[in-house]
Amino acid sequence: MKPPPFEYHAPRDLDEALRILAGVRGKVLAGGQSLIPMLNMRLAAPAHLVDITRVASLDALERTREGVRVGAAVTHARAEREGGHPLLTRALRLVAHPVIRNRGTVVGSLVHADPAAELPAVLAVLGGSVRLARWDGARGQVRDVPAHEFFVGPMESAAGPDELAVSAFFPALDERTGHAFHEVARRHGDYALAGVCAVVTLGEDGGVAAARVACVGVGPAPVVADLTGAGAGDWALAAAALSRRVEPEDDIHATAAYRRHLVAVLAERALKEAAGLAERASKEAAGGA
Amino acid sequence: MEHEITLVVNGAARRVRVPARRLLSDCLRHDLGLTGTHVGCEHGVCGCCTVLLDGEPVRSCLTFAVSVDGREITTVEGLAGPGGMSPVQRAFGECHALQCGFCTPGFLCTVTALLRDNPSPTEEEVVEGISGNLCRCTGYQNIVKAVHRAAELIAEEGR
Repeated sequence: MKPPPFEYHAPRDLDEALRILAGVRGKVLAGGQSLIPMLNMRLAAPAHLVDITRVASLDALERTREGVRVGAAVTHARAEREGGHPLLTRALRLVAHPVIRNRGTVVGSLVHADPAAELPAVLAVLGGSVRLARWDGARGQVRDVPAHEFFVGPMESAAGPDELAVSAFFPALDERTGHAFHEVARRHGDYALAGVCAVVTLGEDGGVAAARVACVGVGPAPVVADLTGAGAGDWALAAAALSRRVEPEDDIHATAAYRRHLVAVLAERALKEAAGLAERASKEAAGGA
Repeated sequence: MEHEITLVVNGAARRVRVPARRLLSDCLRHDLGLTGTHVGCEHGVCGCCTVLLDGEPVRSCLTFAVSVDGREITTVEGLAGPGGMSPVQRAFGECHALQCGFCTPGFLCTVTALLRDNPSPTEEEVVEGISGNLCRCTGYQNIVKAVHRAAELIAEEGR
């Protein structure tokens, strides 16, 4: 089908974009790879679309020791090429297909907040944040919303209708840290039936200092769990306990029971791989010191 | 409200008036008469409408024409050179990589960009590269062969 009519705005700078969003009931258009299908299928019919891809300041991708800040206009493909954050890069390869990633944006995926999407889980497991801006009548005001407050429910984020997500911050991985992202989808590039993203950090003594996972497709938003100390180093046990904590639902693609099973299997794989990589990173750190 | 935009399509600047909601796929087909770009699912799944936007493959059905004002687009009509069909096009013919042909324009655009970025892809990279394009006839085996054959042709002719 064809998208319903709308009025198109193409602001050139951030203040102009914020003023427009403050004045109209509209949606932000970035890559459009989730929004335009919804328009084509008439699942959404906003009266105004504000295209932010011509706002040059939103095209920034900043890498620091603390992490990576990704501007709202940065595509998946560019973040994959230049992002330099190993977990983000790995997750991006699971996002749809390369051709979709040429247009889709990282921040757009976060704001879209699909509960089966990979990038919200990455932001959540890392404890990252999204920077939101709005026009207060005289100037732009920004606030940083941490991941655990940002993903409110299925396809629902904390961004208000007059707010623009200008960037997202993905904290860098600590030393002696490994990561993994495993998922099962019916076809490569589809939204996953379930997926688990894991980050494991070892202490100087080689013991587990921190283990966090975020699960996708098994709740209204990414399900984050701290598994530090869980299973006493037995990842299969920790994964099984995790699978009893999630509350997936049945749909036409899979039953709740199957999704729960997947969480146990995928969490074990992800935790083992992350712990193995953390061990290797620890050895390299020790060898390099 | 209509917007007057300029698209550089297959090397030629084209001025066109479109409503904001005009998809790039429809702009190419209806406004510019370039019906080589096919429209299958119209929500980004099938890949038939893939064109090159500033050289990168994108879904033209998930792109508003107005949002790519001023940019360069290559459609399947623009892949052939002055000397005839491109190596990718010839390889598809040679390997029998198409049957009904509906998906072919999307595959040709995707593969053209794939081989430009990665001139000798592995089997896995080929499958990953074309994973966003659906073909209901061939079973993909000959499409994968054609991608490898096209890589050979490009390498031979580049010498």
